[in-house]
Order: sequence, then structure tokens, then C-alpha cells
Amino acid sequence: MLSETSTALCFVFILLVPLAGAGLALINTGLGRSRSAAHSMMTSLIVIAIAAVVYFGCGFSWQGFVGRPAHFVAIGHAGWNWIAAEPFFMRGLALDGSPASLTVVLQLFSVGLAALIPVGAGADRWRLGAICASTALLAGLTYPLFAHWVWGGGWLAQLGTNYGLGRGFVDAGGSSTIQVVGGLTALSIAWILRPRRGKYSAQGMPAAIPAHNIVFVIFGCVLGLVGWLGLNSAGALLFAGVGVERVVLIAVNTILAAASGGLTAAMVTRLRFGKPDASLTANGWMGGLVASSAGCAFVKPAVAVIVGSVAGGLVIFAIEWLEFKLKVDDPAGAISVHSVGGIWGVLAVGIFAQIPGENAGQLLAQIVGVAALVGFVLPMTYGLNWLLNSFHQQRVAVDGERQGMDLHELGAEAYPEFVTHSEEFIPR
Amino acid sequence: MKLSGFLLLLAGGGIVLAAVALLTSSLSRTGFVLAGIAVEVLGLALVARSHLAEQGDRV
Repeated sequence: MLSETSTALCFVFILLVPLAGAGLALINTGLGRSRSAAHSMMTSLIVIAIAAVVYFGCGFSWQGFVGRPAHFVAIGHAGWNWIAAEPFFMRGLALDGSPASLTVVLQLFSVGLAALIPVGAGADRWRLGAICASTALLAGLTYPLFAHWVWGGGWLAQLGTNYGLGRGFVDAGGSSTIQVVGGLTALSIAWILRPRRGKYSAQGMPAAIPAHNIVFVIFGCVLGLVGWLGLNSAGALLFAGVGVERVVLIAVNTILAAASGGLTAAMVTRLRFGKPDASLTANGWMGGLVASSAGCAFVKPAVAVIVGSVAGGLVIFAIEWLEFKLKVDDPAGAISVHSVGGIWGVLAVGIFAQIPGENAGQLLAQIVGVAALVGFVLPMTYGLNWLLNSFHQQRVAVDGERQGMDLHELGAEAYPEFVTHSEEFIPR
Repeated sequence: MKLSGFLLLLAGGGIVLAAVALLTSSLSRTGFVLAGIAVEVLGLALVARSHLAEQGDRV
């Protein structure tokens, strides 16, 4: 049970979280094409709305909260808690400031944040109707299931008590539950949608399709930082059981991880290309934020700098690897930032964190969590989106892609007074 | 190839779960968890290659 001060502070932190969503929306829009800008912003709003409504309808009933009804499977001497058993539409949950009710408010925002991640990977070619259906699947099934395993007292959280693996899988701010789940869904979407027309030549060489508004992207990074401060602090209070006195440490770690991620990306791109690359620097900043979440309450500030720096470096190399080697077209770098950055953040807990109590086996618990993400969440989210694509084509028609998503799907452009850009004439 | 890749992903996850649930020695548990991860990496590589091949067919 939280004290009155903790409850009030936690509620204020939760109210900052939508700013992380606003930041992601701006980043996704800025890194996409100008002719899809209105579509991207509109999509972001719709995604947040659908995610909240579906989570209210059935998401919370699968996710639940520690100590509330759940389904168990007995394996050996231990009971494996694999899914919650709450009634639909949050019936029976008192919205009275209890930790469970605060969790619901945080999750209504966090599930929207996770659902915004694939929007960046599917930019310029993902139909609005398909985005709505895919978001419903994420908010109603994939996200709650994994969030239950980690935050709802599920089997990953119980690895410590059942099998002596440290304190069980630890993720205070959602590096895995929000970021990697969203990032793996983004990878599935990018695979299913295939690259944008004109992105790859017949020889398989990628064409540069530059970000249309880097000011949006950088402003999105700043908004993201404010949102992440709320997300990490509220998550640590609710899911990691830390006291209010840790909030300052969490804020310092979050800022340092973002700053070091951004600086590392700027330095690496400066060394490699002669000038710092603004969009990759923004990706490095976001990668630092994503990686900071899991261990924000349990590492020292110097470690947060290391975690952020490694994330910043990893993210930009992952973006190049996906684009050049695997031919995955991810306009916003969402897969690298959220999947790679998130997995690194989760593993960093096992390597660096000093969690009160038993620490032996913590790294193994974190590795098991990553294995669950790649081994169960990726097939699940890919399978669901593949099925959806079989019934309802997710990719826009050729004409729509040529015309731009704004005109094709919304009937109005974001910048009607702009002259046409040269990028509109990339050979197809 | 894609289906085999996803089956390998699930199999790798299954090996990790089995290692945690059934093994008690720290060394063997760690070894089998890492083996499960290796199977998952193999599955991921297979899925990625199948998408590359699909894309090549379309160009």
C-alpha cells in the first residue's frame, strides 16, 4: 500500500506520461514524408484512443495486478501464474487511489505508448483501418499478456520466489513491457507491409528518404524526456516497490541515460559521416530513454551514463543493419530504438543493478524475460497481424502510396500551401 | 522457411521455460537457457531470411 504522499506523487507522475506519447507521435511524423504528416498525427490520436478503450474493455482483465485473481498452471512444486482472471470492463475494481487503480490509469497511457511504436515502422504505407485493428489486437491481447507476466505477479515476476533467480524479472519503467513489445510488433508490421515503393532499387540498394521535419523530431525528443520522467517514476513506485526517496535518483538516471544516448549517437555519426546526423542523434536519445526504464531505480548515475551510451551506439548500428542487410524499411527507426534499446535496458539490470535483497541469478532472470519476448511475444504479435492481413489488407494500394496517405485516406494535406518536394519524384 | 523459423522461436522459448522449471543446478540451468536463446536466434535468422527472399522475388 502506498502512503498518501506516494499516491499523490505517483498520480502526478502518471499525468506526465501522455507527453511521451506526444513526443513519439511528433518523432514518427517528422521522420516520415510530408505527404503523410496529417495521416501520421491523426493516426497517433486514434491509436491512443483505441488502445485505451480496448484496454478498458478486456486488456486489464488479462493483465490484472499483483494479488488479484489469476489462472495458475502447476509445474513441479511451483504454480505458474500465466494470465489474470479479472472481469471485463474493469468491473469490481474500485478506482479509489489504491495501487491497482493507479496502475490502471498508468496502463491506459502506457498501452497507447506501446501502440504508437509500430506506427513509426509502418509510416507512409499502413492503412488507417488496419492500424485500428492491429492496435486493438496489441492492446487487447499481446500487451496485457506480457504485462501480466512482469507487472501483474505473473511467472516472470515470480522467478525469484519460485526458482531463486534474484528478485525475479525486474522492469520498473517498461523497457520490456511497453518498449520491446511495441518494437517487436513494429518489426512484424514492417515485415508484413514490406518496404515503401522506391526504397530499394532492383539491386537491393536502399534509397535515402529523408525526414520531412527534423524540428518535430527534436521537439518530440524533449517531450519524450518529460513523459519518460513520469513513466519511470510512476512505474518504479507501482511495480518495483521503491519508496518516494528514490524519485530523485530515477529522474537523474533518466536524464543522464537520454543525454548520453544522444551524445554517443551524435559523436558516432560525426566520426563516421563528417557531420552529426540529427535524426540518428534523436534515435540515440530515445534509445537512451528506452534503455533507462528497466533499471532506473536500481543503478547509480554513472551506470545510467554507461547504459545510455551503449544504447545510443547500439541503436544507430541496428538501424543501419536492418536497413542495409535485412532490407527492413523502418522510417522512424522504431524497431531499433524500442526493441534493441529495450532489450539492452533489460539485460543491463542483470549486469549492473543493485536491487535490495537477493541478487544472485538476476541476470539469468533477465535473460529468461528476453527469451520470452523473442520466443513467445514475437510469434504471437506476428501471427495476429499476419492473420489480420489475410482478412483485411494492411498495406495501402499503389495509388494511395503514390498520392500520399494524407490525400488518399483523409482527403486533405497537412501542408496545403507547400510546394511539392523533390522526394515526391523518387523513381518507382 | 518462415514457418520453420517461427517454430524454432517457439521451441527456443520452450527450452528456456523447461530449463527454468525442471533443472535445479545453476550451471545446467544457465546452459540450457543459453541453448534456448541460441535456438531462438536461429529461428529469427530463418524468419529474416525468408522475408529477404520474399522481397527479392517481388523486385
